[in-house]
Amino acid sequence: MSAESPAIVVADLVKRYDQVNAVDGISFTVPRGSVTALLGGNGAGKTTTIAMMLGLLVPTSGSVTVLGHDMARHRARVLGRMNFSSPYVDLPHRLTVRENLKVFGRLYGVRDLKTRIAALADTLELDGVLDRPAGKLSAGQKTRVALAKALINEPEVLLLDEPTASLDPDTGDWVRSLLEGYRKGNGATILLASHNMAEVERLADQALMMKQGRIVDRGAPAQLIASYGRTNLEDVFLDIARNRGHAAEIAGAAS
Amino acid sequence: MGFSPGRVVALMGRYWYVLKGSVPRLLDIAYWPTVQMIVWGFMSMYLREQSGLIAGAFGLLIAAVLLWDVLFRGQLGLALCFLEDVWSRNLANLFVSPLRPSEMGLAMIAMSLVRTLIGIVPASILAIWFFGFSVYSLGLALVGFFFTLIMFGWAIGLAVSGLILRWGAGAENLAWGVMFAIMPLAAVYYPVTVLPGWLQPVAWAMPPAYAFEGMRMVLIHHQVDAGLMARGLALDIVYLGLGFLVFIRCFELARRRGLILQQGE
Repeated sequence: MSAESPAIVVADLVKRYDQVNAVDGISFTVPRGSVTALLGGNGAGKTTTIAMMLGLLVPTSGSVTVLGHDMARHRARVLGRMNFSSPYVDLPHRLTVRENLKVFGRLYGVRDLKTRIAALADTLELDGVLDRPAGKLSAGQKTRVALAKALINEPEVLLLDEPTASLDPDTGDWVRSLLEGYRKGNGATILLASHNMAEVERLADQALMMKQGRIVDRGAPAQLIASYGRTNLEDVFLDIARNRGHAAEIAGAAS
Repeated sequence: MGFSPGRVVALMGRYWYVLKGSVPRLLDIAYWPTVQMIVWGFMSMYLREQSGLIAGAFGLLIAAVLLWDVLFRGQLGLALCFLEDVWSRNLANLFVSPLRPSEMGLAMIAMSLVRTLIGIVPASILAIWFFGFSVYSLGLALVGFFFTLIMFGWAIGLAVSGLILRWGAGAENLAWGVMFAIMPLAAVYYPVTVLPGWLQPVAWAMPPAYAFEGMRMVLIHHQVDAGLMARGLALDIVYLGLGFLVFIRCFELARRRGLILQQGE
């Protein structure tokens, strides 16, 4: 795989549950070293899409390729180069932060794990809670620990489901700066699902607007804001969610 | 990426950290085998006074209850490892790592062995102290009986874990109850010949009957039937293979139906 080829390629991806298409034929690519945001309301298909990218979920049809490997059939070849965090998935509460990072570090085959944990603790300001059970942390601390787990193997591809959910503005801003720094320092590719429009405007190179399992629009945040005649991405999101303005024109043209 | 012993050890570490960090859990593992051994030990003492046969094989009931616990705890110990990750909503974290389902199965097997030994060894030592009966008097045959039983427990534990992955919280009770459904056919406290004729082939189709019959042969007749033990272990290999197959198939089904992310919610 050449250095120019995309980190993630999604082609005609469909996930069907009974009579419902949770993801309904989406296609996109994520260039290496870029940040792509999946935006959409609850039930739009963001988490389902991420789950298929991780190989946790097998598509009904279509394909997801990460770093050149089909995630439905060959995920084992690339999982060591990826990582993930989500507020809906916890670390074992009874293990301390340090124990959790040791377990996952070993699962990912991280060398010099002790040094790596120390570096993450320093970067993510976890020194004071390393020996505290993960279940006894505040929401902000849990988010930072989840990020530490997600960064333990210095992944080339990082998938984040709502990385700043339930964080105060200060901590949220701090996390966004961290992700920017990680992407620039490591050349990592980041795909994130978020409801935080300001976060997407700041971080994302491209935003994919999802609704009812489909990508209804896409582009750089600034480009989307301009094409919808809005001043911020949140208004673009609302236009799409409520099928008004430019979104209504697009929907009409598509039908 | 091929099989990794390092990942098996990493996951064993996860389960060990939970155990060592919780004195109540450690005590709980040893508590039930000890209580059962004491109850059956006193029962044995009473029966010894009533029956010459029992007097000649005093340790039958104590050995039976200790070996039954190997079977029960072997299965439960494995299923509890899996349930720890279900309850802590950690399964998705594990399965987006390079960890393979087969490696997870091996880690759970290893921890089941640790948990079973934590439960059984203290009870067996107390049996010597309280009742003067040593299960270790079975000699090397004890190793054969131990592995015949625990391997079957592992097979059932893997299948139960797979079913929990498939059916979710509704299947959790299987972890505690399934062995009691097998118990009447396992010939724990009585020989297989006590069962109705049509049930005896069913009993002989499962490894526990071979272990318990072998145990009684040693204690009553002072003989070791190596052929009996070999047949039990051979059946174990088949059941263990089936257990892994169920676990891995349920994992693949969970991937198709999106069940991994739903666990614990």
